[in-house]
Amino acid sequence: MTDVAKEWKQVLAKDQIRRSVTRISHEILERNGGAKNIAIVGIRTRGEHLAKRIHEKIIAIESTEVPLGVVDITLYRDDLSNSSDQPLVRGTDLPFNVDKRVIVLVDDVLYTGRTVRSALDAIIDFGRPKAVQLAVLVDRGHRELPIRADYVGKSIPTAAHEMVQVLLTECDEDEGVYLRDTRKVQS
Amino acid sequence: MSKENAITPAAFRHLLGIEGLSRDQINYLLDTAEVFTDINRRKIKKVPSLRGKTVINLFLEPSTRTRTSFEIAAKRLSADAVNVSGDSSSVTKGETLIDTARTLEAMAPDVVVIRHSASGAPQLIAEHLSSSAVVNAGDGLHEHPTQALLDALTIKQALGTLSGIKLVLVGDVLRSRVARSNIFLHRVLGNKVVVVAPPTLARPEFEAMGVEVHHHMEPALEGANVVMSLRMKKEYLGQSFVPTLEEYSHKYCITEKLLAKYAPESIVLSPGPFIRGTEIESAVIDGPRSYYDAQVENGVAVRMAVIYLLCRGLSARASTESDAGMEDLVDDEIIEELAHAKAG
Repeated sequence: MTDVAKEWKQVLAKDQIRRSVTRISHEILERNGGAKNIAIVGIRTRGEHLAKRIHEKIIAIESTEVPLGVVDITLYRDDLSNSSDQPLVRGTDLPFNVDKRVIVLVDDVLYTGRTVRSALDAIIDFGRPKAVQLAVLVDRGHRELPIRADYVGKSIPTAAHEMVQVLLTECDEDEGVYLRDTRKVQS
Repeated sequence: MSKENAITPAAFRHLLGIEGLSRDQINYLLDTAEVFTDINRRKIKKVPSLRGKTVINLFLEPSTRTRTSFEIAAKRLSADAVNVSGDSSSVTKGETLIDTARTLEAMAPDVVVIRHSASGAPQLIAEHLSSSAVVNAGDGLHEHPTQALLDALTIKQALGTLSGIKLVLVGDVLRSRVARSNIFLHRVLGNKVVVVAPPTLARPEFEAMGVEVHHHMEPALEGANVVMSLRMKKEYLGQSFVPTLEEYSHKYCITEKLLAKYAPESIVLSPGPFIRGTEIESAVIDGPRSYYDAQVENGVAVRMAVIYLLCRGLSARASTESDAGMEDLVDDEIIEELAHAKAG
């Protein structure tokens, strides 16, 4: 890793993340005509934290209770082989009836769409939702499956050799969205 | 490196015994199993993670409970489970174990679960299989690791902890692989383990395993958190280890009266099958202390965790040189680099 460019460029700052979360929360309520019958579900790890923030915001706006859940997609991945990075399986927790509910799935970055595909499979094992909508903080393009987001914090056009990393204070020391070129530097 | 990633998937190659596993590995297995207990309570008790994997259950000694448990575990992970039992295999026709391994290897299973009456048989099979993982489902008098793991998970759920406990093993500890696996596991975790049985069975040799040896129930049970009943094997009765089962029962049967007096808070476990009224009183096995049903339930979850982690380990080793793709890079690594870059 020594000869990889180390210049990270900030594409979203802390305040911008906060505003995106607020806007997405309003859009969710607008699209669904309020908070009735919706549930917010985050994809571990950073999607879970973003889901909590959206959940909090929606409760503050509507002053009504909205169910919150979390999915772990580890057991639904299509690539057991690329597993050297897979952490402990931590399980899915959907403490509400999925049937006939509108599920708003939340993740940090939308890239190939494979993570979302796995999350859809995981949710469908629990019942038959009325609809599943997708909210992401960053859409960086390069889809490999026919999946799109309903709510997007920011669309960032990227090249395949670039890397996007979201940092959130709940699990990282810093907060922001960063972009980096991973092409090898000529030495 | 975060704590979660401390154990890499490649750390699990085979599961031949509890002996040699670290405290972290045991906890990792149990934490993974805990997640699978949730799946077993869902309406759809199946996840697609091991689609296309093959698990061969090679049971060369009679067993219904353990074999069924392994079979359900594999199927709930979407793996294909094939059962081979002793009387239907070539083993009864005189094939050697190494030849059996060779035949299995050619069928390219991902996991081979083996139960055998000879201690060390799974080890031998493992040495002759280059691309499959082997799980010991009980070998001779040696070990039965998944039983000890499911016992540990049950204890953890019942008591809320796996540390600082006193475990008492009652019965034929001498010829019990369940006892040995449990002793290894709880000694690694730093728990106190006591064996209690007639002197012919609870021999002083157990002290070398870090175990307290007793021949009377009362002092053994004093302050126990977990009491485990081990089967008095009828097949050994002619060998004068105990005169008769009645006499054994008179001194060593686990009764509510004894437990209420010496270990009032204790829970009771049994690997099954148990002989009511000989090893354990019906009032105990059917009472609130008994976690027998939970043990059976946890057995499926523990075996799912073992099969899953072994398959993941095989895949991780196979793909070490292949490009994982950017989405799959370890977050922690990137974050560390990011911190570096910012500091510099």
